[in-house]
Formats: sequence, C-alpha cells, structure tokens
Amino acid sequence: MASNTEQTAGQTPKGTKGIGFALIAAAILLFVVGLVGTKDPALSIHPMDQFEIKPAFGGKDLSIFTVTNSAVWNSLAVLAVFALMVVGTRGRAIIPSRVQSIAEMAYGFVYKMVEDVAGKDALGFFPYVFTLFLFIVVTNFLGLIPTSFTPTAQIAVTAVLAMGVFLTVTLVGFAKNGAGFLGLFWVSSAPLPLRPVLAVIEIISYFVRPVSHSIRLAGNVMAGHAVLKVFAGFAGALGAFSVLPIMGVVAIYALEVLVSFIQAYVFTILTCVYLKDALHPSH
Amino acid sequence: MEGDIAQMGQFIGAGLAAIGSGAAAIGVGHVAGNFLAGALRNPSAAAGQTATLFIGIAFAEALGIFSFLVALLLMFAV
Repeated sequence: MASNTEQTAGQTPKGTKGIGFALIAAAILLFVVGLVGTKDPALSIHPMDQFEIKPAFGGKDLSIFTVTNSAVWNSLAVLAVFALMVVGTRGRAIIPSRVQSIAEMAYGFVYKMVEDVAGKDALGFFPYVFTLFLFIVVTNFLGLIPTSFTPTAQIAVTAVLAMGVFLTVTLVGFAKNGAGFLGLFWVSSAPLPLRPVLAVIEIISYFVRPVSHSIRLAGNVMAGHAVLKVFAGFAGALGAFSVLPIMGVVAIYALEVLVSFIQAYVFTILTCVYLKDALHPSH
Repeated sequence: MEGDIAQMGQFIGAGLAAIGSGAAAIGVGHVAGNFLAGALRNPSAAAGQTATLFIGIAFAEALGIFSFLVALLLMFAV
C-alpha cells in the first residue's frame, strides 16, 4: 500500500520537473539570444525608481505642504474605505447587495480574528484593528494598479502604523495591569537561573517588534513591486522574445495580489497577538 | 575594469545579504510543510490553526526581510 502510493506519487513530480527544466532552459536560451540580438545589451532597469516620492501635480520642490504621489494614493485609499463602508451600510438589506456583502465579509473576518486571537475582552480594540486592516489592504490593492504608487512600500508609512500599534499596546498593557505588565518579560515557567537571561531576550524582542512589524509589510510590498519591474524590464529588453517575461509578469502579479492580502492579514493578526500580550501578560 | 573598491564591497555585501533571503525561504517552507503534514493527518483541526500558521510564517519571514533590507541599504543608502 505504502509503496504503491509512493510509486504513483513519484510519477507526477518527475513529469512536471522535466517540463519545468525545459521551460527554464528555454527561458535562459531565449534570454541569451535576446541579449545578443538586441542592439543595446546594457539592460536599463531601474526597479527602485517607482518608490520615489515626488510632487503629484508637476513641479520639483518638496515642502511639507506639497501634495506628493504618496499623499494622493493614501487619500484615495482612505476615500475607498470610506466609500465601501458608507455605500455598504446605506441599504442594510436582509439580502445584501454586492458592496454590502463585501463590507460585511470584511467586518466579520476581522471581528472573528480579534475574537479568536486576542480574546473577547480585546473587542474594544476592534475598530482600531479593523481600520488598520482596511487601510493596508486597500492601499496594497490600489498600489497594484499599473503606474500607481504604493504608500505601504514606504517604511515611513508602515513605521507610523507600527509605532501606533506599539505605543497602544505598551500604554494599554501598563494601564490594565500596572507593574504586572513587566511579567511579560519574566518567564515564570522557566528555571530561576535562566530567567534573567530570558528577560534580556524578551526585552530585546519586545523592542524589535515595531521594527519587524513595519519592515515586514514595507519589505514584502517593495520586493514584490521591484520584482515586477525587473521582469517588465526583461520584457522590454528582449524585443520579440518578450513572451516569456510577460508570462512571468502575469504569474508574479497574481502572486502579488495574494501577498497584498496576506501581508495585511499578517499585520492585523500580529496586532491582535500583541494586544493579547498586553491584556494577559502572564507567561 | 574601473570603479572604486568601496562600491565593490557594497555589491559583494549586498549579494551576501541576499543569502539570508534564501535562508528565510527555507524557514517559511519548513513552517508551511510541517503545517501541511499535520493538517493532512488531522484535517478537522487544521482550520483552527491557520492563524498560527500565518504568525509562524510572518516570524520566519521577518528575518529574511531584514537581510533584504540590509542589501537595499548597501545598494542605495550607504
């Protein structure tokens, strides 16, 4: 029985592996041929240019009051969330319209997440968590529109979001538990000689939280968009052989749609985990 | 063959930092693979653990993103 399944399981990967190798070999071959064939072999790909912040409506100089492309797309994201919720809750029909079902689905999804991960007593923070989730997911999706701008790829934007979460969690932790919040760093289940060492590690990991929280989101989005741009650059450089890079761009774009949602989900769920730590700091 | 040696160091350093991304890929694959192995043994318990899966993936991925950041800093900021 076991050997049977192994044999049948062994068959399919071998076939797909062969096809995969053939595809990769063909891609490399076409790439080399394209490089030789094109007149200007120096690839001019600038994948990081798309993250440059500049005035949205012409001009060169940046001041605090300049309307930048980041500000424009941030505002569009906020407006989109606002429109979704206003239009979604206007009818309040028993059989929901399309917009209403999207709004209800998002609400139920985040509500259940907060309830499951952070606990019932964290539901007071649901509006905050829901706002974070909607803002990030809408900003990510708007950023996937070609030639648009992605504010969540800027570490400045995500750092503000993450610092907000960090300050909220710390303040709530001390407000709810007083000095008992420091029990988060004192692992009472560990042997006594080990606890000071663990306390140092816990304190470091506590203060790294906002860094990793913000850089995870910005890094993922930035890396994805940079990869898209690099593949688009291949397509431009290969001329007639650009079919393969274009297929690659389509595949990576699909992956990016997934990543946009998952990163918003991860940001939100980590907020819930941190909230749970703040409300129940005992280890 | 011209250019300055500091720039060469930047590029080599960025390339070395990119190894960390691959290491993070191993970590993420480990988390997801073990989740799948457990989920196939007991599919009824899997649905309740997807949140844990994503938290584990996020923690494993964060360190890879750090190395990506180091590479970016070397390439564009230093």
